[in-house]
Amino acid sequence: MNGPIIRFEGVGKAFGRTKAVDDVTLEVEEGEFFCLLGPSGCGKTTLLRMLAGFETPTSGRILIDDADVSLTPPNKRPVNMVFQSYAIFPHMSVAENVAFGLRIDRVPGPERRQRVEEALALVKLDGFGGRRPDQLSGGQRQRVALARALVKRPRVLLLDEPLSALDAKLREAMRVELAQLQASVGVTFLMVTHDQEEAMAMASRCAVMHEGRLEQVAPPADIYERPASRFVADFIGQVNLFEGVVVETKAGRVRVESVDLPAPIDAPLEAEVQAGQAVWIALRPEAIDLWPRDGEVEGSAARATPARAAAAVVRRATYLGVASVVEVELPSGRLIRAQHPNRGRRQTDFRPDDPVWLTWEAGAPCLLLK
Amino acid sequence: MRSPTGPLDYLRRWPLQVWLATTAVFLYAPLITLMAFSFNDSKRNIVWRGFTLKYYALTFADADLIQAFVNSLTIALVSTVVSTILGAMTALLMWRFRFPGKAALDGALGLPIVVPEICMGVAMLVFFTEIVPWPTEAPWPLNLGSIIISHISFSFSFVAVVVRGRLASFDRSLEEAARDLGAGEWRIFREVLVPHMQPGLIAGALLAFTLSLDDFVITFFTSGPDTTTFPIKVYSMVRFSVTPEVNAASTLLIITTVALTALALWLQGPGVTQAPQAGEGLLP
Ligand SMILES: Nc1ncnc2c1ncn2[C@@H]1O[C@H](COP(=O)(O)OP(=O)(O)O)[C@@H](O)[C@H]1O
Ligand SMILES: [Mg+2]
Repeated sequence: MNGPIIRFEGVGKAFGRTKAVDDVTLEVEEGEFFCLLGPSGCGKTTLLRMLAGFETPTSGRILIDDADVSLTPPNKRPVNMVFQSYAIFPHMSVAENVAFGLRIDRVPGPERRQRVEEALALVKLDGFGGRRPDQLSGGQRQRVALARALVKRPRVLLLDEPLSALDAKLREAMRVELAQLQASVGVTFLMVTHDQEEAMAMASRCAVMHEGRLEQVAPPADIYERPASRFVADFIGQVNLFEGVVVETKAGRVRVESVDLPAPIDAPLEAEVQAGQAVWIALRPEAIDLWPRDGEVEGSAARATPARAAAAVVRRATYLGVASVVEVELPSGRLIRAQHPNRGRRQTDFRPDDPVWLTWEAGAPCLLLK
Repeated sequence: MRSPTGPLDYLRRWPLQVWLATTAVFLYAPLITLMAFSFNDSKRNIVWRGFTLKYYALTFADADLIQAFVNSLTIALVSTVVSTILGAMTALLMWRFRFPGKAALDGALGLPIVVPEICMGVAMLVFFTEIVPWPTEAPWPLNLGSIIISHISFSFSFVAVVVRGRLASFDRSLEEAARDLGAGEWRIFREVLVPHMQPGLIAGALLAFTLSLDDFVITFFTSGPDTTTFPIKVYSMVRFSVTPEVNAASTLLIITTVALTALALWLQGPGVTQAPQAGEGLLP
């Protein structure tokens, strides 16, 4: 079978009058680490629960391995879930928890014990089989939940905010470990998270959701560098947005005029636009270079290419170690953020009221249609 | 300098010590006196005359008293089993489903707990004489039926309330996890829900057992000459005088109930200590 392992076809779910999920069409390929990313309340969990079978779609179909499972009960679906609360059975030992699903499937004793051992080894819990759940730390409980789901050899493993209950340090370590685990077992992972860094670090592909709809489906780098909408650009990292109007398009570039900017700005042309169309330009803070404005060579170079530069005045500079975030004011009064890497100490000293030049690479601005 | 006060340091202060001692005296002094005087070698039971076991011998020789004792245990056992099952099922029903009349049932459940026992007793009397006349001449233990039924009718609602309290703390994601791992309704019930309910079931059963064992008022209205229970028998004996025999019989009952309670708590196992708290406020 070479088709997608999961296919959502126009799936919607309404709770009374709220549309938790609205017309989602999505394909996930075998072996992917796929992330559903979006702010809290955007319908990620509902979409995941429809795939697990805990919610029934009010419209559309869900296919697993090309079979329509929209009406299949959860216990008959070839997917398993790691719950946000882990849902470890408190009255069973770790090994009994992991063996539960195998017992239901009537896997014979010796094979069952062996598979439980293997699953516990996989999540680095060898020797923990006899422990009671209340003797485990949060991280260990999560491993039990992982082992309990993986031991059933599901076609897809579903994870609902698996790291949100862990403390920050452990969360970062688990990001790497979870990604390694996925690579080693080769099972398709479908993970829900509201943490964009988490999605960036782990996913092979992401779907950004907003109010029940998919905004963009792409690999993390594409989502960051070529966001499909203002929502995505703003949700993933920080961004300066300029509202403007298309002046002209030529040679793969679009020129946009914005009241916020002193001169028209150029961006790579990646969509169909017409002159006069209202669009937005996104510019990441780290794509903006800052130069003192007192007659340096770079400054005059910047002046020569006005579509990639602007004069501004520093309003506030915040030192963050790796970089400084500098807030500057354009002649129009618009405040924008630039991020300045602290590689040496020479350039770090931007003070309020310092006149500066802003410059950026030709490929940095991103054209947004919505 | 002394170290800062620890939680138990307050006990070093004399007003608290007095308060504790007073509590202990009021709680346990009557029981201890009762037990001590069951070994008193005196008919009048007022002053200590020396140690004896003869009243225990007398107790065991008193066929009526033994019969009452056996009746009480039988009634308590049967009504506990039935009211635990019935109460647990009611609790599950109320927890799991929404249905018309649920609020009414909820209120009705509390009735046997708040209605004065005397009214329950009279109601039972009327019920078993006017509506369902119970054959009190039936062979033992069938003749105990009316008492058993009336005990079930008030103790099952205690069980339902306790079990429902326990169910309220059930994490629904456990049920979903079990279903996700392939379990059907019955496996979920057997392997996830019942283990969660267990402390509530034990607490409820204990409650039902003690309620039945020491019930006087309701039993008084439903028992006949051949269906005397222990409390009723003791009452009739005490009407003449408080003899050491009564003390001895009572001591035996106390030991029986304490042993059964200990057994139940032991069955409940370590780690699950929330359960008795659920029913604590209800313990008479
Ligand atoms: N069982 C439910 N009943 C009613 N509304 C629900 C239910 N589950 C989710 N919702 C609503 O659907 C929306 C999406 O919820 P959810 O999928 O949990 O979002 P997310 O996981 O992205 O935070 C929310 O507005 C939420 O209130
Ligand atoms: Mg959620």
